[in-house]
Amino acid sequence: MKRRDTLKAISVASLGMAVGPVEAAVPEPPDTKPAVKLLPGRQKFEAERDAKLLASEKFFTPAELQTVTILGDIIIPADAKSGSASQAGVPAFIDFMMRDQPRSQTPMRGGLRWLDTKCVSRYGNLFAKCTKEQQIDMVEQIAYPGKKVPSDLTQGVAFFTMMRNFVMGGFYTSKMGIDDLGYVGNTPNKWEGVPEDVLKQYGLSYDEPKK
Amino acid sequence: MDLFQIKKAPTVYDAIVVGSGAGGGMAAYMLTKAGAKVLLLEAGGYFDPADPKYMTQLKWPYESPRRGASTTRAGGDFDAAWGGWEIEGEPYSSKPGGDFFWFRSRMLGGRTNHWGRISMRFGPDDFRRKTLSGIGDDWPITYDDMKPFYDRVDKLIGVFGSVENMHNEPDGHFLPPPKPRLHELMLKKAATGIGIPVIPSRLSILTQPINKERGQCFYCRQCNRGCSAYADFSSSSVLCIPAVKTGNLTLQNNAMVREVLTDAKTGLATGVSYVDTISMQEMSVYAKTVILGASTCESARLLLNSKSARFPNGLANSSGVVGKYLNDSTGASRSGFVPALMDRKRYNEDGVGGMHVFTPWWLDNSKLDFPRGYHIEYGGGMGMPGYGFGGGIENLNGKIPGRDGKMKPAGGYGAGLKDDMRRFYGAYVSMSGRGEPIPLESNYCEIDPNTVDKYGIPTLRFHYKWSDNEIKQAKHMQDTFEQIIEAMGGMPMGNKPGKEQNYGLAAPGRIIHEVGTVRMGNDPGKSALNKFQQAHDVKNLFVVDAAPFVTQGDKNVTWTILAASMRTSEYLIDQVKKKNI
Repeated sequence: MKRRDTLKAISVASLGMAVGPVEAAVPEPPDTKPAVKLLPGRQKFEAERDAKLLASEKFFTPAELQTVTILGDIIIPADAKSGSASQAGVPAFIDFMMRDQPRSQTPMRGGLRWLDTKCVSRYGNLFAKCTKEQQIDMVEQIAYPGKKVPSDLTQGVAFFTMMRNFVMGGFYTSKMGIDDLGYVGNTPNKWEGVPEDVLKQYGLSYDEPKK
Repeated sequence: MDLFQIKKAPTVYDAIVVGSGAGGGMAAYMLTKAGAKVLLLEAGGYFDPADPKYMTQLKWPYESPRRGASTTRAGGDFDAAWGGWEIEGEPYSSKPGGDFFWFRSRMLGGRTNHWGRISMRFGPDDFRRKTLSGIGDDWPITYDDMKPFYDRVDKLIGVFGSVENMHNEPDGHFLPPPKPRLHELMLKKAATGIGIPVIPSRLSILTQPINKERGQCFYCRQCNRGCSAYADFSSSSVLCIPAVKTGNLTLQNNAMVREVLTDAKTGLATGVSYVDTISMQEMSVYAKTVILGASTCESARLLLNSKSARFPNGLANSSGVVGKYLNDSTGASRSGFVPALMDRKRYNEDGVGGMHVFTPWWLDNSKLDFPRGYHIEYGGGMGMPGYGFGGGIENLNGKIPGRDGKMKPAGGYGAGLKDDMRRFYGAYVSMSGRGEPIPLESNYCEIDPNTVDKYGIPTLRFHYKWSDNEIKQAKHMQDTFEQIIEAMGGMPMGNKPGKEQNYGLAAPGRIIHEVGTVRMGNDPGKSALNKFQQAHDVKNLFVVDAAPFVTQGDKNVTWTILAASMRTSEYLIDQVKKKNI
């Protein structure tokens, strides 16, 4: 395919033309699960595995999901520029990763349990039932891996670090997170070099020094 | 179905080519263009990067449920390699303390679908290291033998680069290189300032169109996903599919070759047997010539598994050398954070897949404590976020003053963390050394006496240990990386790997540049193939992947595989014309 044709094909696809007008006019049949959409280029075993995983039961219990959602939004809250982790669908992504890579299940489930037992002993309530102030108070104890903490909190620090990594990874690979960072690539273009004003800003140039 | 009924094909082809990667693809292309009837056997499935059903190019991370994580493929969900270091049902083993990691791609085009497109010629010195240094071995051919073929590969396939007139980095017929990205300009300035050269990289990516069949690069940085415009080199799109279009190629996918068949009387190759991986049907197919391009270790495995009364040690192995001298590139890497790049202006700097500049080997080994060189590949910039993005932020954000100039504790959460991510985005650089090892007889693959794969084919067992030569080279890499990062005002990230970690030297096989198991040479007692990659013992048997290579230079070997396979193909055509085969 020539570059020109590729550009054309891409622009058509980006208009969402996959569904033609006739099909679009027919209402969706009610109460059916949406068809699982897989990435192209899957090997047979991958396609089967993905279809099964996507249709499988959620890993988190409703109570765990609530805790994950609260923690996610503490780590990545909404601000002036973008939304929060839960608004970017991060809890569902983490749930999928638990099913996709089961080695994370025990640290995750156990860590959530650790958090709840610690909150019960400190505040008399499960993490999700604590007040916002209590939740932040708890998080403050475990959010800084460089700080020395009492020996009954080190596992909590490890858990929160893991949770932070999952939340960051989920948020910044979502559309919302990518827009927040300002990544503007992944589109056909012509690379002409660093913009002139940026070269100037850094005192660099493309001219070879005279040898 | 009777599994034990072996179907015999009635056709006798001019040639059977095993494997559709760089070497096999080139042989199939050259021979079919010359009018020969060729059967190309590929163990994996069909793949065409221009067919939307295979296309992951220009997909977003959120189009993968795992955001591109490497759960089922080593390079992640978007990577075009079907396979990896582990393939279900296709095991291999290593002797204790001699681990080797064997990467295989089971698909049309093999590993050329996801590689870095780094396309360097070997230099004149790379063919005669023994003569120059007293260690290792010379090739039976010289740069002058290869130069015309490198020239033709440049023109046929396309490569960008710059004319530098460096003795051991021969220039080619180059397309214009892309301009360096911002961090690459900074790297260049810093490295050059401390005497380390940085020049445009040499990648087989079309920055200009070269023919009507292939498009031009549209700068998405995703060559490893396969290019829908055929603007980079992969054997599937550039060699195999055009070979099919000649009408002379029969392509058989899902054909796992079991052994090379020989005639007990003449000792010549008559064809191969394979198992269809979908139907499990056993097949025998016949040809006047057999050409192996199954990959360095797979071709050795095939020969070692092709035992008969006449060839009790395996085929083409009267020397006993098959499997030995296995060698992979050395590899070590380091990354750095560059405060000057914080709070960058955003613009699209995807560029081509991989680096726009690199460092060729620049020192004289006679003045160093290790005998061979390495080149440096660079990474960095405002890339598309992928799985794991932002992970490990706690290792950085406690070391960088905030906007208010004050330090804050590492890790954290909330709006401040989000702000860190915006400030730090695109402010990293990475560098990887890729170096030449000394091939050793004691590094080898052999047939595991106890194990078979799911097709019942005996599997490989490896034994590979780095010597002090490679470990000292890795130490030099680490020192150099630190000097470059510091020269550009950056902070080296993580801990510098020391002696106990072999200075970060990657385990054998991890760099996926293995060569050497069916080496060529002039002495049939010490080599399996002659200087045309033709078996000393079996004149109608050839090997065209990197197995014949005596050494690998500090260059990535694909361009040399292509040139050598083209040379072997022409030799074969000539020999057939002269009725020698």
